[in-house]
Parts: sequence; structure tokens; C-alpha cells
Amino acid sequence: MYEHDVIVVGAGGAGLRAAIAADEEGADVALVTKLHPVRSHTGAAEGGINAALQEGDSWDLHAYDTMKGSDYLGDAPAIDTFAQDAPEEVIQLEHWGMPFSREDDGRVSQRPFGGLSYPRTTYAGAETGHHLLHTMYEQAVKRGIEVYDEWYVTRLAVTDHDDPEDRVCHGCVAYDIKSGEIHGFRANNGVILATGGLGQAFDHTTNAVANTGDGCAMAYRAGVPMEDMEMIQFHPTTLPSTGVLISEGVRGEGGILYNDNEERLMFEYGYANNDGELASRDVVARAELTEVNNGRGIEDEYVHLDMRHLGEERIIDRLENILHLAEDFEGVDGLDEPMPVKPGQHYAMGGVECDENGETCIEGLYAAGETACVSLHGANRLGGNALPELLVFGARAGHHAAGKDMKTAEIQTGPSAKSEPGDVEPPVEPGAVDAGSDDVAADGAAVEPQSVLENAVDHERRRVEELLESDGINHAEVRADVQQTMTGNVNVFREEDGLKEALRDIREARTEYENVAVEDPSRTYNTDLIHTIETRNILDVAEAITLGALAREEFRGAHWRAEHQERKDDEWIKHTMLAWNEGTPELYYKPVILEGDEQTYEPKERSY
Amino acid sequence: MSTQIEQQETETEADEEAEPEVESPGDRRRAQKRERQAIEEAQRETEEATLDDEDTITLKVFRYDPEVEGKQEPRFDDFSVPFHKGMTVLDALIYARDHYDSSLTFRHSCRQAVCGSDALFVNGRQRLGCKTQMSDLDDPVRIEPLPHQEVVKDLVVDMEHFYDQMESVEPFFDADETPDDPLEEQRQTRENREKVKMSTRCIWCGACMSSCNIAAGDNEYLGPAAINKAYRFAMDEREGEQRKQERLRIIEQEHGVWRCQTQFSCTEVCPKDIPLTEHIQELKREAVKNNLKFW
Repeated sequence: MYEHDVIVVGAGGAGLRAAIAADEEGADVALVTKLHPVRSHTGAAEGGINAALQEGDSWDLHAYDTMKGSDYLGDAPAIDTFAQDAPEEVIQLEHWGMPFSREDDGRVSQRPFGGLSYPRTTYAGAETGHHLLHTMYEQAVKRGIEVYDEWYVTRLAVTDHDDPEDRVCHGCVAYDIKSGEIHGFRANNGVILATGGLGQAFDHTTNAVANTGDGCAMAYRAGVPMEDMEMIQFHPTTLPSTGVLISEGVRGEGGILYNDNEERLMFEYGYANNDGELASRDVVARAELTEVNNGRGIEDEYVHLDMRHLGEERIIDRLENILHLAEDFEGVDGLDEPMPVKPGQHYAMGGVECDENGETCIEGLYAAGETACVSLHGANRLGGNALPELLVFGARAGHHAAGKDMKTAEIQTGPSAKSEPGDVEPPVEPGAVDAGSDDVAADGAAVEPQSVLENAVDHERRRVEELLESDGINHAEVRADVQQTMTGNVNVFREEDGLKEALRDIREARTEYENVAVEDPSRTYNTDLIHTIETRNILDVAEAITLGALAREEFRGAHWRAEHQERKDDEWIKHTMLAWNEGTPELYYKPVILEGDEQTYEPKERSY
Repeated sequence: MSTQIEQQETETEADEEAEPEVESPGDRRRAQKRERQAIEEAQRETEEATLDDEDTITLKVFRYDPEVEGKQEPRFDDFSVPFHKGMTVLDALIYARDHYDSSLTFRHSCRQAVCGSDALFVNGRQRLGCKTQMSDLDDPVRIEPLPHQEVVKDLVVDMEHFYDQMESVEPFFDADETPDDPLEEQRQTRENREKVKMSTRCIWCGACMSSCNIAAGDNEYLGPAAINKAYRFAMDEREGEQRKQERLRIIEQEHGVWRCQTQFSCTEVCPKDIPLTEHIQELKREAVKNNLKFW
């Protein structure tokens, strides 16, 4: 068994920032990650980091843009905290050596980004995430923070009280990928989940193969509600063949979208008469697919993103990485021809319900970064807001878990924050195939930290033994089935019938999953086993996304419903919550908080 | 320096005429692209001849597992995978794993050449699997783990030594002082940022270290990636002069920059086009200047 004050699961941007923060507070902190930290997908972020740094800009403008971008589904305390903390976090990063792009006077450059009223996106070329990730890992090395790399956390060690709000998290269980050993990690103060995205629930995604929603699924099964899971961002500019991301920075610098008739589609068809290509991501993604559906797509699949007019010098100075990506992954030279782009799954706005300090309803369990839902992004995340999010809320979670005295959070968490029950009618029973077999709840049986951890370790050892010893089908097919139905039915445009079909497909996949087994008998670097365990997480998050999408009968932000073409403020300014409830998921709602520090945000029509 | 670069060019592209001095990043990129295109075109021609009638490619993949019977002795397995335009080595490996043998083991994550997980030895050269088009390779495609590193299983090598070397150069920004105001950034000129830019692109894939003969013979040699990391900080004007002296002392040690024999193998295989050898050479010059100063 290993023991630390704070255990951070995942070592991308949020995890690293949390670990550094906990270390700053004097806690003994360790990072446990299934990759090596520098392999994390934060490194693939391209565009930039938003923060109000310049005179003429201010945190409340940033907050306003973020709330508007969220289509009034973000919580004001989260948004205000975020916009207030972001400037110091960005400058902190600069003090840690981040190689930001610069102005002639040596100051950090800022560029325009979609949905922003001021050019406040700091960046380092078109590889901002890479530099952020490496800069922070370097600082973790400097501080001597312990890293367990290629250890896969498979389960949280949580007490078994019936009411999730009574539960306490005492650590987690991790599988050492290299040796095949399973060990408990005791966390004296807290566990912070920072496992990143869940894009592998879809088959056309900008996310890494490792982004399988592990943190979400583990927290969900341990009793933490999932929040607004239907809110999935589809990035408007991904390469058609691979899903590789072409940064919004291209449009920020002046890149133009054309349809097959070489019309500037954003203006020609009135999708965004003011902001054009720089409208919010959901608006642009729908515009592109509408063009394709109306027969104006190129090869009936994509549109063109043209940046040639920016000139070679500017492109190489600010977007060089884009040239490499277009060339290597689509065979297109961005200096000579327009780049083909189409929408692809990019980011989960929803996730593990937590408050401004990263705390979930389970004592000692935190979440930060894309895994978490504070809720900052609401129904749509603005470009350039993910990286400052992981800095701000990674730091807050790390500080809080390490015992720093912080302002009490305003956001309420856990089932007690419920305002009304849900009313969704899925065509098939969601949840565990064999509900009750894997219960956390068994009041009073295990509450003492050591035995909680030992039980969890035993459980995982049995599970791995079973997967290795039994005969059965390979998980890859199950995973592919889920990914296909998600991209087919729970994509940019969503219809009731499609969502129901997806739920039936997921149900079938869950049943299939009961028969999976790992063919590779090896204890050494068994990726077959890792991927098989991941696929279960994909099943849980895919189902949660689809259930939320079926429940939310309106059109808000990234969530578009064929049958419900309006934003319904009277009824739907509320969060979709989903509790695992020991395998029989329960949907309910919780109010959105629109009263902020300086202003109460009035829902307005969202036009760009 | 110029002779060595010419040497490198003649190695990769024999009929390239003597180019004017390559200077701006744009020029460099164009030159590289021309080279690449010429090579690709030649390969496409030969390959179309073979691929027209059969649209599968054979992978010959190194297999080894210390604890599984039949895999303890290293061997090569053949996998026949259907070829499609745009298919990368990583795509082919994933296909083989998901359709033929789920125990086939290799690291991969981002699929876009930024996580640095899938550096492999493909047809005798260090390459990133995700960034290498199958159409650029001769059939059969031979895929092996990175040479000069201990094999853990199949294509997975032990990266610990590489990480140790990276961390031994104190790879973190360490300014003497930063502005007191938490909202005031340090100033950095565009020129200085440009100077360190290429060095900051390293993705820790280990291709360079694996290609280096010196590193193969001297296990304590810092290696190109670690020295490049030292360069990244030593050349950053935001760090102080004293820190720079300390950094030069680290890279000047017995197993540091002086071991490099400028063979350019690291520079050739770097998937991020970092001029590693140039950086090592520049640090040698800095070290000499520095020693003269303190004489």
C-alpha cells in the first residue's frame, strides 16, 4: 500500500496544477497516471488561454462572455471565480517559464477568439497546450512531486454509507501497468480526479485514445452525480479523416469558411451575421453540417477552411503547427490550398458534479479540469476557456485538498441539491445489467479507512483475475459499437428516435460486455486488460450523455433537438443530474445560479 | 557546420542541387517539403505498381513477452492488413491488434504527433507511428521497438533511463527573480522566443536517443533530448546569468556535450524537426566561451 496526503489521478494540466498547489500548501502529494505526464492530452490543445490581462479588458467582461457562451447554463459563482482567478494563473505560468508568443515590447500576446468581446486569448504558437503541459510538468519535477506513471486507477475507495453525501473517500486502487500488480493508495486528505475527457465514447473525436472518461465513470459509480452530460462540444474544424483538431486560432487570425460553391457560408446563409467565422463553436458546427445536409458540402462531407490570404509570414509565426497537422494527417498544404474541415467531438462540458473548490458531495473526493462540471461552461464552452479552467480549478482543488483555508463554496452538490425529479422515459432500462452486484452501499459494513481500502483492492484483484482467467469476447467490438451509435445518433443534430436507438444499442453493448474477457494472459504491460476496463467506463459515460440528451427537451448551446427548436428558459434553466443509484440511474434537476458577484446574469438571446 | 548540413542533405536527397543558405523557418520548411515530396513521389510510383493488384500490406512485427510461453524468445509475427489511403503505421498496428491479436502491445495516445508515445523502429529508422504514412514505406513493413532500450514487451520499451537523463539536466525554468506583482509578466523579446522555439517542441519520444551511436555506447551520455532541454533554458533570456553558468556546468560534464560527434542521426529522426545537433554544437561554443571568460 502507498500513502500520501493528497492523491491526484491523472497528470495532464488539471492534475499537474492541482499537485503543484497541494505541494505549495505543504502536503505530501502524488500523481497517479495511466500515461506518463507529458503524454497527457492537454498537450494537444492548440489555441490558447483566456484571461483579462490588458487595460480595457476586465474579469467581469470575461465572465459575461463565458455566461453568454454557456447559453445561461453556467453557474455564476463558478464563472466569476474563474474569470477572477484566471489572470494570476496565466501570469503564474509565465513566471514558470511558459514560452508564450510575444509582442514587440516583450509582453505576452493576446488574440481574438470565438465568442469573446475582447482579444484576451494568450497563446504559444498553435501549440499552447503542449507548452502548458511541459511547463507544468517541469515545475512538478522541480518540486520533486512523486509521480506513479503508467499506473491505472480503476476504483475509488469510498465508505459504504447508503447516502452518498455521508460517504468519505479514503483513496483509490491502481494497477501497475508494467508489473501487473494491484495496490491501494491511501489518501489522508483527499483524492482529486483529473482524468480528462471522454471523447472515446464517440468515433470521430479530437480526443486521445486514452480519453475514456475514467474519472467520470469511477466517481459516478461511487455515488457522485454526473452533471449536464448531454452537453458535448463538437469542434467545427477537425480534419475529416482522423478527427485531428485544427485550432480556432486559424479563424481567430482571420481564416474563412467556404462551402462547395465557394460562398462564405457564415454570412451568405446568415448563421452569424456579425461574428461570422468567430461565432461560438456550436453555432459554427451546426452551420457547417447544415451546409452539408443542404448539398453544399464538399464531397458531401466537409467544408473548406482557408487561411492562405493571411500570408506565409503570419501563418508561420502564429500557426505553423497547423501546417504540419494538415500536411501530415490530411496531405494538404495550408499555404497552397484550403483545408477540409468538419465538426468532431471535442469536449465534455458536463462531468463530475463539484463546487468552486473542486469538492464533490463525497468528502475527500475532488474533480478538476474536463472531468469536472463546476459548472463553468454550461451548454457550450468558449474556445480558450478550457486551459484557464484547468489552471484555476486545478489550483483550487489542490489547495483545498491540502487543507488551505478557502471561502466556502456557494454551489450546492449531491442529491440534496435536487430541485425536482426527472421525467425521462428511456426505451430500455439504463444502468447496470446486474444491478446490485457491485454495490457501494451496505450501510455500516465498511467505514474504517484501512478496511475500505482493503475491500476496494480485493474487489479489483478479483475483477482482474476474472477478466484474465475467463473465456469470452474481445472488448474492441463492444467499444466500436458504442462509438458508432454515439456519432450516428448523439451528434450535433439529435432526434428523439435516434437517441432512443442509441440507448438500445448501449444496452445491447452492456449485455455484450458481460461476456468480455482478456485474451492476453500476461501480467506485463497488458494493454488488452487496460482497454477492456476502459470500455466499461465508456459504456457508463455514453449512456449518461444519451440519457441527458433525451431528457433535455429544448435547444440550448451545443444541445440541439429536432423536436424542440427553442431555448426554453422558463422550464430549462436547470442542470440535468444523473445519480448512479447503485446501478439503477436516477435523473433529476438542480437549479442554475445566475446571481453573480457584480451582476445577475439575465438570459438574453445568444446571437453572434 | 555547413559541411555537416550538406552531408545530411546528400544522405536524404541525392539529386538536390546546392541550395542557397537555408535561413528563415519558411525557407527551411519549403526545403524540407520539397525533399519529402520528391521522396514520396518516388515511393508512390514504386508502390502503386505493387499495390494496384493487392490492397493489403504485410506488417512484420517484433514480439516478445518475458512471461508468456512462446513469446519469451523474440520473434516476428506477420499481419496482413487492408490498406487505405492515409493509413498510418499506427492505424495498421491498431487494425492488427483489434482484428487479429489483442495481445499485440504498443504505446499510443494522441494520434497526432504530440504525446510522443509511439516512437518505433520502422523499416530501419526511428519514426512516430502516427505520423508515418504506410504509403511511404516499402512492403513488408518491419516494425520493431526502439533500439538501444530495454524491451518490456512487444513494441514497448523501458523509458526510465530516458526520463532519468531528461531530469538530470534540471529541466525546469528557474529565474533568479520574477516580478513581485503577480499580474506582471517577465519581458521576453520576440527574437529570444524565436531562438528557443524549436527546442521547446520536444515531445520526449526518445527517437533521437535511440538513433544515437554515442548514447548506445555510453549509457551515461546525457543524449540529444536532454541536452536540447538544457539548451531550451540556457538560451532563455528570462533566466539569470548565474543560472546559465550552472546549466553550462551540467552539460559540460564528462558525459555531456563533448561526447557528441556530430553525426546528425538525432536531427534526422526528430519528428518535430528540432535541429538537435546544432543546439549541441551551440552549447559547446557557449561552454568554450564561458571557460575562456573565467580563465
